Amino acid sequence: MAEEGRRKERIDRGIKIRTSGLYAISGWPELFYLIFPRFILIAGILSLPLVFSFAPYWRRVVCIVCIYAMLSIAFDFLANFVGLINLGSSFFIGLGGYLTAILNAQWGLPPVLSIPIATVAGAVISTILLLPCLPLRGIYFAIVSLMFPLIFEKLIQAFNILGGTNGIVGLDGFSNAWWEGYTIIVVTLIVLFGLRRLVNEDVGLVLRGVKDNDQAVKASGISVTFCKALAVFIASGIGCFAGAFLSHLYMWAGLSLFALDFSIMPIAATVIGGGGTLVGALIGSFILVPLSELLRSFGTLRVVFYSLVLTAFIIFKSEGIMVYAQRKYHQFERWVKV
Amino acid sequence: MGEGLKKPVITVEGLTKHFGGVYALKDVSFTLYEGDILGIIGPNGSGKTTLINCVTGFLKPDAGTVHFKDRDITGLAPHKIARLGVTRTFQVMRPYYSLPAYKNLIIPLWSPRVRKLGGWRGGGKHGDRDTVAVDILEEIGFERDSYVPYKLASSLPTGYLKRLELARCIALRPEVVICDEVFSGLSMSEIATMVPLIEKLQMEGMTLIMVEHRLRELFRVANRVMVLSYGDKITEGDPEVVIEDERVKEVYLGWEGEADD
Repeated sequence: MAEEGRRKERIDRGIKIRTSGLYAISGWPELFYLIFPRFILIAGILSLPLVFSFAPYWRRVVCIVCIYAMLSIAFDFLANFVGLINLGSSFFIGLGGYLTAILNAQWGLPPVLSIPIATVAGAVISTILLLPCLPLRGIYFAIVSLMFPLIFEKLIQAFNILGGTNGIVGLDGFSNAWWEGYTIIVVTLIVLFGLRRLVNEDVGLVLRGVKDNDQAVKASGISVTFCKALAVFIASGIGCFAGAFLSHLYMWAGLSLFALDFSIMPIAATVIGGGGTLVGALIGSFILVPLSELLRSFGTLRVVFYSLVLTAFIIFKSEGIMVYAQRKYHQFERWVKV
Repeated sequence: MGEGLKKPVITVEGLTKHFGGVYALKDVSFTLYEGDILGIIGPNGSGKTTLINCVTGFLKPDAGTVHFKDRDITGLAPHKIARLGVTRTFQVMRPYYSLPAYKNLIIPLWSPRVRKLGGWRGGGKHGDRDTVAVDILEEIGFERDSYVPYKLASSLPTGYLKRLELARCIALRPEVVICDEVFSGLSMSEIATMVPLIEKLQMEGMTLIMVEHRLRELFRVANRVMVLSYGDKITEGDPEVVIEDERVKEVYLGWEGEADD
């Protein structure tokens, strides 16, 4: 909306600068400024199972949203902080889901053990499998990562292993809905704030350096492949936990764990929420997943609505909700003469 | 120069690299002695940057060997060579644009080499990296109390980016720094403040290779100069001798005037 002879100038709010260092604890307004958005987010998410305590269907939806949110955060982390565009998030879901199914339904381990073991083992397996592709950059890595879920889905189908098209049934569910809801919510919040901390630690700066320019990282005596492997390990661990949780939620692990939904939704959520903020990916999932549930009654038409929402976002607010919100929160705008 | 007394740090023998049918380097050999500043000059496309890329592992040479001290480093991965203490700047500056200037140095400071060396100021095994980073930037010409070290690298002017490149190398506490055109694109006054930095690095015991088009400034700091042309090493020697060499004049004929502006 640029007009003749003037332009918009953005300036950081005084309070933003005052809260950037140790001075943040100098007074209540500063503390409030820092804590308020985080409090709203945490309290809001924690209250969801309570709000929907008489609507079991929507309580289940909250769990699914959190699973998508974890995948989206992992996608945002890999894409916007390490520079790896991962189009195969569903691979992590499938791997975690099938591993916990084997551990729980076939070997008889309780979920308390099978989920963490599936998380770590899944992360190790995906890191090893993706290791040969890590020197690839940009679109090349994206294409290879897209293949992994497809390969595994077809392998299970073709060789009729791991239950074939029927999947593995008979997994233990969660003892009650409160456990189920709060486990995934708390883990999601830990993942979100943990990763936000990580990307600003020294290790995180190295990972961001890999995205910015890997040649300089090499010239600094750091193995780029190691950094990428570390990032993939973290992201796939998050994805595998989500997958393991999901198959215990459904008490079933099947081929639909490798479905394209788990790969596409995190990308859409990151676009809508705002890439590079991590919290944006979470908020994007909290908008998109319930929306697609609401539109379920429209049947196949919901894809049309869904696409329209996505297109509108990409055209009119390509920066995403969180980038926009953060800017409004931290900065004010004024018109100045050119 | 008393080369017999100085220890060779980098020995390059018969280095050859071709891209398809084009030879970027043909059988280039030289020795870099401890504490020296070796200037590498030559017209555009004479293989200077290819030579650096081959020495630092960013390209694998087709033939020939590179030794660092007594160790064969031919074809070793770039990060392994950097870990031994051979580091380089890039001709096209490669800062981490999304990070503030001083955070750019966290990455070399985090590297295994620096962590192993330890002994940074600020206590602990490697001290507080932020403090060390600002210290290094101050050393290299960023005013500590100004806002410049805290600005995003993407908003810094060329002069500071060149310094940042150098700072990134120094943070690694290297033995050999290979500078790929650190003076190019700088104003005369900026170069005038960079030259003492280079001299200071030499006094601190680092060995330098400088690829440069700015001959006058290069000859002020370099002990030895090597001339490349179309991948061939034409001559090597003291700056005063090299500049009088007939073959060198021939290579540079026609554009030496502009180079010395």
